[in-house]
Amino acid sequence: MTRVADTAREALGDVPDGATVMIGGFGPAGQPVELIEALLASGASDLVVVSNNAGNGDDALARLVRDGRVRRIVCSFPRQVDSWHFDAAYRAGRIELELVPQGNLAERIRAAGAGIGAFFTPTGYGTPLAEGKETRVLDGVPMVLETPIRADVALVKAHRADTAGNLVYRRTARNFGPVMATAATRTVAQVRDVVPAGALDPETVVTPGIYVEAVVALDSTTAIAGVGA
Amino acid sequence: MTASARATGALTRQQIAARVAADIPAGAYVNLGIGLPTLVGDHLPPGSGVTLHTENGMLGMGPAPAPGDVDPELVNAGKVPVTELPGASYFHQADSFAMMRGGHIDVCVLGAFQVSTAGDLANWSTGAPDAIPAVGGAMDLAVGARRTVVMMTLLTKDGAPKLVEECTLPLTGVGCVARVYSDRAVLDVGPSGAMVVERFGVGHAELEDLLGLTLGGA
Repeated sequence: MTRVADTAREALGDVPDGATVMIGGFGPAGQPVELIEALLASGASDLVVVSNNAGNGDDALARLVRDGRVRRIVCSFPRQVDSWHFDAAYRAGRIELELVPQGNLAERIRAAGAGIGAFFTPTGYGTPLAEGKETRVLDGVPMVLETPIRADVALVKAHRADTAGNLVYRRTARNFGPVMATAATRTVAQVRDVVPAGALDPETVVTPGIYVEAVVALDSTTAIAGVGA
Repeated sequence: MTASARATGALTRQQIAARVAADIPAGAYVNLGIGLPTLVGDHLPPGSGVTLHTENGMLGMGPAPAPGDVDPELVNAGKVPVTELPGASYFHQADSFAMMRGGHIDVCVLGAFQVSTAGDLANWSTGAPDAIPAVGGAMDLAVGARRTVVMMTLLTKDGAPKLVEECTLPLTGVGCVARVYSDRAVLDVGPSGAMVVERFGVGHAELEDLLGLTLGGA
């Protein structure tokens, strides 16, 4: 049964120190900014964050990194023109980085959500990112064994939810949301609005409510500025 | 590659892009990497039926929006605003890379720091010790598409060859590149070495001298 929360903080619930937190988004698109701010306000620290990027500018994920709340980050593309807080923390040795190819990141998260123990993939074979990993030639193709990535909490941003926790997304803001939602003990979604069960066409649901522990409707300032959609 | 520094007969960036585009089959599903390869989109002829994939989760990507029509939730893999064309679709990251890894994307065009004559690719790390690492989808793209080609200048700004016997920079993929499109030549690479397909304002022997390699083909 999905909770419909009134505030981001209430939706977030308890996140213990040391927790692994997945954060959706591809750069700013699909980044659940208000839920990350609630995580900041909660005081949780020593976190392991799984996210495609390591923060942009000074807010949200970047602030979590700046404030020393993230012990370790698992991501594919930390370096950005505006990733100065991550860059500083990394250079100072204040944050551990596990660099994962983007497709492997997505598939390892998917595998966790699907109960897959591990999988072989050609991605990364023969590169520094596969060093020390088990390899096997399958059908003539050299492959690398990759393991699932799961989390205690996933924070995602979707476009709309119903009161059953079903989610639909918008354009390329969908990115990591649907796979992260499956791979965490608890998934919390921020959306533009929550509609009554039955108001979403079941054929269009992307993330079924079974994966979603809580939803919160927020008029996110970072979303779709100036676009009527 | 400024016009003034360009050797006689060498292609401009736009001309390389046009040369890449000329080899893309009508109706193909294509991923254009960040940087130089994005220029290829401008040279696909109208009615070619080519569908562009962007690995952050979209098929049917259109050109940049008009000012004022920018949607922060509609971006390409370089996080640059784009538009959707009729017939576009959206999907999540695992689907997007399954589409790539499963061999459903016909052609992937990538930039490169180095390509070896055997088709190894280095395009994600300069190997500088103080660099902040980042890989994104480079390794998945390199090995996933049915055909991976590279678009690059043949030499670095300092004149060092980028087509080499063996890559010295950290690898992105092993034996994954089929063809290199550059300002001086188009070359096929692979298990039997580098073969010249086409030269631009440079003789075969001169090209071998520039690269310090023995090249097959004409």
